[in-house]
This record gives sequence, C-alpha cells and structure tokens, in this order.
Amino acid sequence: MNKNRPVNLDISTIKLPITAYISILHRVSGVILYAVAGILLYMLDASLESAASFAELKESINTPLPQIIIWGSLAALAYHMVAGIRHLIMDCGIGETLEGGQNGAKIAFVVAAILIVLAGVWVW
Amino acid sequence: MVTSITSFGRSGLYDWMVQRITAVILAAYTVFIVGYIVCTPDLGYEQWSTLFSYFGVRIFSLAALLSIAAHAWIGLWAILTDYLTTRMMGAKATFLRVIAQMVLGVVTATYVLWGIEILWGF
Ligand code: HEM
Repeated sequence: MNKNRPVNLDISTIKLPITAYISILHRVSGVILYAVAGILLYMLDASLESAASFAELKESINTPLPQIIIWGSLAALAYHMVAGIRHLIMDCGIGETLEGGQNGAKIAFVVAAILIVLAGVWVW
Repeated sequence: MVTSITSFGRSGLYDWMVQRITAVILAAYTVFIVGYIVCTPDLGYEQWSTLFSYFGVRIFSLAALLSIAAHAWIGLWAILTDYLTTRMMGAKATFLRVIAQMVLGVVTATYVLWGIEILWGF
C-alpha cells in the first residue's frame, strides 16, 4: 500500500456538525458520570451512616467547592440523560433523517441547558 | 468472525441491548431520587434513612448500581477500543487497553461492593 497517500484526520480542520457535538459531549459526560459515581457513593454513605454524619454532610456540602462538584455532576447527568433519551428515541426509528437528527440535537441542547440552569438554581 | 473477550456480553448486539435496558433503569432511578430530594425541602436523617430502609428502595438502588456497572463497562469499552488502538498508540495499544480495563474492573467492583455495604450496612 502506498504509505504516502493523503489522509486528513486532523479533526481541528474539519467543521463539525451539531450532531457531532451532541455525540462527543455524550461521551465526555458519560466518563464524568463514571468518575463522580464514587463521590455520590461517598455522600450516600455519609448520609445514611448516622444522624450526626448526616448533619455533618449537610453542613459541609454548603461550601463553594462541593456545590460546584454537585452542580457539575447534576449537569453531566442531565446532559447525558437528555442526549441518551434522544439516542433511544432514534433507536426506535424516530428522527433518523439528517434533518431529524439536527432538530433532535437542537431540542436536546435546549432541554439540557434548561435542566442544568435549574440544577444550579436548586444548588445555590 | 473476530470475537472479543473484553466486551460485556461477548456480542455487540447483546451489549447494545444491555446498554439500553440499563439506561432506562438509570433514568428511572435518577428521576426517583432527584425528584424525592427536590420535593422534600427539609429533608432530615429520619426521613432519609427510612426511605432507604424500605426493601423496594434497596432493591431499586441495587438495580441502579448493577446497571451503572454494566452500562459503564460497555460504554467505557467502546471508548477504549476507539482510542487505544494500534493506529493511535502503536504496538502496545492492546497491552495498554487491557491494563486500563483491569483498572476499570477494580473500580467498578469497588463501586458495587461498597454500594451493597452502604445499602445493607446502616
Ligand atoms: C449514571 C450513570 C451513567 C454512566 C456512568 C454512564 C456512562 C456512559 C458511557 C461511558 C457511555 C459510552 C459513551 C460512548 O460510547 O460514547 C454511555 C453510553 C450511553 N448512555 Fe450512559 N451513563 C449513565 C447513565 C445513563 C442514563 C441515565 C441514560 C438515560 C437515557 C444513559 C443513556 C446512554 C445511552 C443510550 C448510551 C449509548 C450511546 C451509544 O450507543 O453510542 N446513560 N453511558
């Protein structure tokens, strides 16, 4: 095979469509969720251990860093879930055309953005 | 046919289905827990621990935990086989990927066992 044939896999030179952004962010949010699952387990542990550790947890998560982590986790969850549901809807054969995929991606971005803002309002 | 020994169910179709079923379980559990917390403004220890003392809630939580394990295993396998490839990593790609999967296996098993201990241990 000719080793010098031209290939262009430099993704930074390709203009990505909206569906590519929805897809890669779904992937990124999935990895984030896997990581924060450990933090959520830790909080579940502390919240159930005893009344004292529950109160302590409630106190300590009311500071900026935990709030940002919780909001970030909720944001990843909201986005991943909305994009995931879009994925499942498309698996059922709905919105599988190019236009349908683009419209679905727009709807998913808007719904996820609303949920993420609401999560922020709830945390603060 | 090339069969993979590091995927979840050893067949792409089976993995695809498991990923969808676990996605639905996780979505339902998320709505349940987030809905409960949001709808209970002055949540105290009494109420919270009572909720998790119900057998049904424990089973639902266990189902969510096992779903995370299966769902994330399949999802992360897809990601690793996309990026830790010989094209991107050279000859040591398979070695790197197997190491990465061993680490993820340990983390996932820890999540599951820890979660069971939390749910049945308080
Ligand atoms: C809460 C823990 C969760 C974790 C750790 C997680 C993690 C992941 C990961 C790592 C992937 C692989 C992404 C990729 O291949 O690009 C994935 C895929 C997927 N997730 Fe999740 N996820 C979670 C929850 C959910 C929920 C609640 C839904 C709800 C609808 C969902 C729906 C999906 C779907 C449909 C896919 C398949 C995408 C595909 O086939 O390309 N996930 N998830």
